[in-house]
Amino acid sequence: MENIPLVLIISSLVKILIIVHLLLIGVMIMIWAERRVSGWMQDRLGPNRVGPQGLLQPVADGLKFLFKEDLIPDHVDKPLYVMAPAMLLVPALVAVAVVPFGSSITVLGHEIPLQIADVNIGILYILAITSLGVYGVVLGAWASNNKYSLLGGLRSSAQMISYELTLGLGIIGILMLTGNTLSLRTIAIEQGAYPWQWNFLIHFPAFLAFTTAMFAETNRLPFDLAEAEQELVAGYHTEYSSMKFAMFFMAEYMNMIVGSAVTVTLFLGGWHFFGLENMGGPVWSGIISFGIFFVKTAIFLFVFIWVRWTLPRFRYDQLMNFGWKFLLPVALTSIVVTGTLWITTNSRLIVGIGNVVSAFIVASIVAGLLVMRTPKPAIQDSDNRLTPTALDAIE
Amino acid sequence: MSLEYYLVLSALLFTIGVIGVLIRRNAIIIFMCIELMLNAANLAFVAISRSLGEATGQVFVFFVMTVAAAEVAIGLAIIVSVFKHRQTVNVDEVNSLKG
Amino acid sequence: MNAEQILFILFGAVSLIGAIAVISFRHPIYSALSLIVTFFAQAGLFVLLGAHFVAAVQVIVYAGAIMVLFLFVIMLLNLGTLSVQGAIGRKLKGLAIILGILFAAEGIYIAVNALNDTAVASAESGAAAVTITTYDIGELLFSKYLLPFEVTSLILLAALIGVIVLVKREGQEEN
Repeated sequence: MENIPLVLIISSLVKILIIVHLLLIGVMIMIWAERRVSGWMQDRLGPNRVGPQGLLQPVADGLKFLFKEDLIPDHVDKPLYVMAPAMLLVPALVAVAVVPFGSSITVLGHEIPLQIADVNIGILYILAITSLGVYGVVLGAWASNNKYSLLGGLRSSAQMISYELTLGLGIIGILMLTGNTLSLRTIAIEQGAYPWQWNFLIHFPAFLAFTTAMFAETNRLPFDLAEAEQELVAGYHTEYSSMKFAMFFMAEYMNMIVGSAVTVTLFLGGWHFFGLENMGGPVWSGIISFGIFFVKTAIFLFVFIWVRWTLPRFRYDQLMNFGWKFLLPVALTSIVVTGTLWITTNSRLIVGIGNVVSAFIVASIVAGLLVMRTPKPAIQDSDNRLTPTALDAIE
Repeated sequence: MSLEYYLVLSALLFTIGVIGVLIRRNAIIIFMCIELMLNAANLAFVAISRSLGEATGQVFVFFVMTVAAAEVAIGLAIIVSVFKHRQTVNVDEVNSLKG
Repeated sequence: MNAEQILFILFGAVSLIGAIAVISFRHPIYSALSLIVTFFAQAGLFVLLGAHFVAAVQVIVYAGAIMVLFLFVIMLLNLGTLSVQGAIGRKLKGLAIILGILFAAEGIYIAVNALNDTAVASAESGAAAVTITTYDIGELLFSKYLLPFEVTSLILLAALIGVIVLVKREGQEEN
């Protein structure tokens, strides 16, 4: 512990500062981008008055939030009501610590990896921390003491538990082919420089399942059942205003950014791109690799926005059916096929082809079964008006 | 840190769980206390595994967690069923089988 | 005092306080939250003990799944409005706490003394530096403990079927 060179300590602090601020600025840019892109998709302008192209709009929004009255309604459970936004924001901030955002920079003879902490259980850490985000939603919903909020919280908790499984199962295929480690950095390094060496082609079904589950975990449309405006006013954050609401809002975007970064690391080759990341000296290659990672994450974030403004929201029973009866079998098949083919043939190509073929077969069978069994209407519980959707989930 | 400190902590946590089961009547809280006791056992497992320098203890923690997860799923389902029938989760009121 | 001792005291204190809070809060939601805090402190202790895998799994399984289920049920039954009335009497409670303290004393006595003769105590001095990686656990799990591992999958399957059966019957009675 005593012999750590000063350079490494300072570099760690610098990295933490840069990443946290990048996240916060990223949130602002995402808010702007979301509104502009949605405007573009719906053939309208979106915010374009404050600053060039409306870029300063998030700053104006932020100032508005700051100056609003911080209202705490009378009927809420005060300690939990105040804690909930932070409980959603903190996991989003903390999760980014293990994401490798570039190769490494050599300063004063010390090689500094572009990652805050290379933990040997990196993926488990990400899964553990992201699974905590649900508490902010659930407790905020419960503390609001409002039936719409409570419904939002109930939906959210059931949804998170269901889709976390797929999230975890989607990763296992990668772990089987990546040697004896759970470190995100090693996984990024072991994917080669070229796109056909990246994990998303070898584990294509797992990639799709993982991405879908990631959308669900970040509570984005088409999975934003927890806040569904048309049904639940604003769901879990109905009673929130001012900065507390802003924290919920920021946490959502932060989760998106972290989710994209993790997906890029696991499936899209991390900072690799046609060997471009090795150009330049020991300093420049690091910076270029960071740039590549940044661009990939940005592209993935665009997909987030794209999906949100394209797909309609699931109904609650559709959500559960999709998660348990479609995504989960596909992800499980992917694990079995990957394991079997890797042991027998030891060829990534065959694993990739086998994965796609088997996933296609399983998906067709499952989809056929789901369609054949026409869904009966949800059971209406006349005694308990408060929680019909939640009861559906366990029946 | 020597092993004893961890074992003492584990014993204390277990005891708190036992006391909880004895003094609380809410089935859900009793259930949480059982989880607490399982966790205390896990702590002892991991501590002993460290001082023996082998992984067996941690493997057993893995098993304990699996069993705990299964137990929670079943237990909560039972609590929900009981609540639907009797509108209570007080373990003293669920006594119709008592002679 | 070195860093490990300070962290042990910190995590130990937090887990004890959390555990006491679990059994003293009136409202189940607060109890559940205290339990989450305790689980976190225990995950910290696991990291101190070099068991990183177990620490991560502790957070994923307990904090991420089991406690969410608890919260789900507490919210579903909306237990806040009908907190349990007939708590046990003061005398019984006192008796329970006295018995608990006796039990704790017994546990501490065993922890401190009875281990002296066993293999644990003799191995302690030498092997403290060994850290156990996920790889070690996986290797044991899939070789020596393969059968128990397979049996746990049966337990999970049984739990799955059990829950479906329990809740299914409920639904049909209502119709």
